[in-house]
Amino acid sequence: MKHILHEAFRSPKFVTGFVIFMAILALVVFYPLFVTDHPLAIIGQGTFFPPGIYVSVYDTTNAPQYTMMLPEAEGNRIGAKLGDVEREAMREWLIDFGIPRAEIDIDDTAKLMTLWDAYYDPALRFQGMTSARQKYFARLDASLEGLLVMEPRVIAVPNTETGAFEASQSIELTDFVNVNEVANVRVLPLGTDNFGRDMLTQLVSAIGTSLQIGLVAGTVATLIGLTLGLMAGYIGGLVDDVIMFFTNLFTAIPGIVLLILISYSIGQENRGAVTVAVVIGVTSWVWTTRAVRAQVISLRNRDHVNLSKLSGHSIFHIIFADILPYILSYVVMAFILQISSGILAEAGLSILGLGPKTTDVPTLGLMMRWAMIYSAHILNKWWAFFPVIVAIALISFSLNLMNTGLDQVFNPALRE
Amino acid sequence: MNDERKLCLSGKGLTKVFGLGRQKTVAVDHVDFAFHEGEIISIVGESGSGKTTLAKMLLGLIGETEGEVYFQGVKRDIGSQKKKQNYWKQIQAIFQDPFSSYNIFHKIDEVLLDCIRMRGGGKLPHAKKVEMMTEACSFVNLKFEELTNKYPFELSGGQQQRLMIARIFLLKPKILLADEPTSMIDACSRATILDFLMQLRDEIGMTLIFITHDIGLAYYVSDTVYIMEKGKFVESGSADEVILNPQQPYTRRLLNDVPKIHEEWDLSTV
Repeated sequence: MKHILHEAFRSPKFVTGFVIFMAILALVVFYPLFVTDHPLAIIGQGTFFPPGIYVSVYDTTNAPQYTMMLPEAEGNRIGAKLGDVEREAMREWLIDFGIPRAEIDIDDTAKLMTLWDAYYDPALRFQGMTSARQKYFARLDASLEGLLVMEPRVIAVPNTETGAFEASQSIELTDFVNVNEVANVRVLPLGTDNFGRDMLTQLVSAIGTSLQIGLVAGTVATLIGLTLGLMAGYIGGLVDDVIMFFTNLFTAIPGIVLLILISYSIGQENRGAVTVAVVIGVTSWVWTTRAVRAQVISLRNRDHVNLSKLSGHSIFHIIFADILPYILSYVVMAFILQISSGILAEAGLSILGLGPKTTDVPTLGLMMRWAMIYSAHILNKWWAFFPVIVAIALISFSLNLMNTGLDQVFNPALRE
Repeated sequence: MNDERKLCLSGKGLTKVFGLGRQKTVAVDHVDFAFHEGEIISIVGESGSGKTTLAKMLLGLIGETEGEVYFQGVKRDIGSQKKKQNYWKQIQAIFQDPFSSYNIFHKIDEVLLDCIRMRGGGKLPHAKKVEMMTEACSFVNLKFEELTNKYPFELSGGQQQRLMIARIFLLKPKILLADEPTSMIDACSRATILDFLMQLRDEIGMTLIFITHDIGLAYYVSDTVYIMEKGKFVESGSADEVILNPQQPYTRRLLNDVPKIHEEWDLSTV
């Protein structure tokens, strides 16, 4: 055993897979120690906040202010609202309106704004312009309001007696606050999802749940497969025939169909994460059974098994001491693959709406499902689905890599 | 045959058929035999003649399709695990390939301790067990101190086969079935293995059944020889009768196939 572990850790593939998997596991274990929020807590009023650092505007006005004369400040201010994309769009509209291309210089903000203010008319819709595009121009026009006005902003507070607004604070163009001194700053590295839940916290929790689902599904499938395979292979005869009859039956029925039907018949309310995991395990034991049976059949006539029989050992002792250790390497590898395919099966089921019920725990599949329902992929809200895909891919990749590495250790024919 | 000697293991019409229909193979075809106590018997035949299948049936590892086996004159009954265990206290085997005869996950000590336990010595104090194991190992010229805590694959083929004999020494069965015990071993160790087997036979007075393709070996060691061809015993009798005066063409062929140093080899029958 020690020797096998030693060999396994000398395989670069296994080590790479192991390191990735351990990193994921460490994230799942240690992240909740630092961020104690409930993963499904709704913090944002709105859908799909982009990733970034969120600073409380209210607290910013109360934070100590510093005056800094930065030459690039004005350019940045204009650039934030009037980027290259917006300038191109404005030129497109102006050309469609009838202004010659030569007269439009999109790098000169003042000239461009003059042209725009002079000619733009939200009611105009040129040939070939979609209504979405028309609305985009209207939004763009609204955001450009007061762009070039470089006046201080005044904060007005209503007088408690008269109700009239009175200026309380003037914010200069050169005023700055230190982010560290603002009372409320929230970092959302992956933004929020459609419900306004912190994506990263949810993702970490979902990886944990999905790993548990994979583990339970893999354990159930491996246990069923191993038991049936050992019985069919070692006992043989009628037992073998009956077990193989059912195994062939399940092989012929596509697993996903069975999975969908069972999940559907359980009903939304009863589908917890563990239930779904067990269902996945119950439908994916077939190949383990076949492989274990084949190996046991080749093992049961070996001399060491005969010798063990002659030494008076019981059938259980022979199975556990003389057969199981010989196929254990295969079973471990099959188990690793079952975990990986269990996670994928959960994702597939959840996307179809047949995964665990949505109110308890996040899973990777459920996160993708909600992202899909709220059209995150069409709205270009990559942070709502891309990290989930990467997480699934990394888990599968690391598990498969470990499997390949072990395969090379156990199977001399595959060694490089 | 001499009827004064007690019958030890005998069979009547013993048959083993593998497969069904077109794939039906008759591995052992209605063989009759009578092995007496204290005898050395050789069953000789070429590859695929059914020797090993017969051996496995005698050991009770596979069931017979037809026919009966009598153990000490009584019909053998190995219906339950308990009866099988009792039967295996009387009859033991040494297999052809020492490298595949051991469970590679178990240490050598366990193999020997199993034998002590089978002889009812499971509750003996540890020191006594070690003493017994040391005695068994020294019988086959192995040092237990060097073997303890080692795995079988750390030994050479000859050492492994000698350890098998040590196992038999501990078990002291009535019958030992040796299925080509020397065929996987180099020529030098071969004589030693045979030597230990003979010594062991003298020591505990067991019946020895050799399964072999080597007719020279059969002549060298045995009292009685059975020649097996395609699942049938074609010739049997005392070693001198069969080898020196073969009646069957098959036996003559087997004898011709023994390579001789000072003659040109006749490969026409191969």
